[in-house]
Amino acid sequence: MKYGPNAMITGWGKCLPPAVLSNHDLESLVETSDDWITTRTGIKERRISHVEVSDMAAVAAQHALAAAGKTVEECDLIVLATCTGDSSIPATAAHVQAKLGAWNAAAFDLNAACSGFVYALVTAANMIKAGTHQTVVVIGAEKLHYHLDFTNRSTAVLFGDGAGAVVLEATEDEVGVLASELGMDGSASAILQIPHDGTEGDRDDPDPKRAGIHMDGPEVFKRAVTTMGDASVRVLEKAGIALEEVDLLIPHQANIRIIDATARRLKIDPGKVMINIQSYGNTSAATIPVALTEALEAGRVEPGALIVIAAFGAGLSWGAAVIRWGDRVEPIKESDSALPPNDRTTDDLLAPNVDFFGKYQPTS
Amino acid sequence: MEKTEIETRLRDVLVSELGLDADKINRSANFETDLDVDSLGVVELLMAMEDEFGVKIPDDEAEHIHTVGEAIDLVHGKLNV
Repeated sequence: MKYGPNAMITGWGKCLPPAVLSNHDLESLVETSDDWITTRTGIKERRISHVEVSDMAAVAAQHALAAAGKTVEECDLIVLATCTGDSSIPATAAHVQAKLGAWNAAAFDLNAACSGFVYALVTAANMIKAGTHQTVVVIGAEKLHYHLDFTNRSTAVLFGDGAGAVVLEATEDEVGVLASELGMDGSASAILQIPHDGTEGDRDDPDPKRAGIHMDGPEVFKRAVTTMGDASVRVLEKAGIALEEVDLLIPHQANIRIIDATARRLKIDPGKVMINIQSYGNTSAATIPVALTEALEAGRVEPGALIVIAAFGAGLSWGAAVIRWGDRVEPIKESDSALPPNDRTTDDLLAPNVDFFGKYQPTS
Repeated sequence: MEKTEIETRLRDVLVSELGLDADKINRSANFETDLDVDSLGVVELLMAMEDEFGVKIPDDEAEHIHTVGEAIDLVHGKLNV
């Protein structure tokens, strides 16, 4: 059934802040080791932002608009997937619009945690299909380091900062988002959450223990593998595409073991799975657009390629989509947009976390 | 299903899905200490067992699986009630 135009990705871009936090650096903050982190997560280093989410989002968006050959004036909607926005009022997307000068664009935030980019892409694609918008910038951007509690070594090693963006345009061609699924199981929200991160907490007595990321690792692992795998199978069925036809799987980059187990469950050739978690850790809503951009940069996307994206996150939310790429895999233009230089060390950038959450206390 | 068949199929799963060393797998092998399976590996093991044998293994039962033999016995018990 065809409702109207399709929504295809015509531009892509990323913004990773320059300060690096390596596993070795973490050894001085928590009782851990490079080997422990690498074997359990696949992460070697992550980035720590010296700027706000809207700054990273705007830079990634500039690159995506340039790649699409579009001006900011042509953008009529900005959808920002984030769960670590600069502000709730206004929506962080308002800051992004102002930093871009995209005065013709509507703008809103969307929070589906690590599934945020899939949710945002599907929402934007459906608005294009409905005919209300033509040129949409979809961004996933996070500053998760804000929540890093170095007294909790099981979560402190997992997350990082960054942003990725795509431009979605209306097209009459049979390309773009072919099929999708979004889901949520709010009954299991407690297995992955920041308990005190909203209006429900006691503002006069913030409890640092409740302001960090809480996670039941094994349960999240199990559900992530099952859900991302099963949702991928279902969207392929909806699109009438066999798994063997898929050229690239871009899973949310949360943990290499989750990615490997999902790939095994799908019985997909490991060479078709995009992995860059080693460099950035889990950047929540930013992982998929950053990985997509890096897949294009590495020449891993051919014209007409079939791509599956799949994500899983707090909620528990999930999303998957099948995308048929268009003819163009090279950017039309390049942007020289960049973050302001950083003159602070990674330790300086993390000092507020240690002040707020406290220092790691060895158990023995 | 006989225990010998369960053992054969479990052995295949341990090698192909978890990448364990086939030479080290025997009934008395402890997953953690003999086969170097870490906490996430235990989750992978349980998921692989559930898929392979079509059984459900709740957390309270999973806690009692330490060796390959115990895994075989658990599956055998579930399939032969």
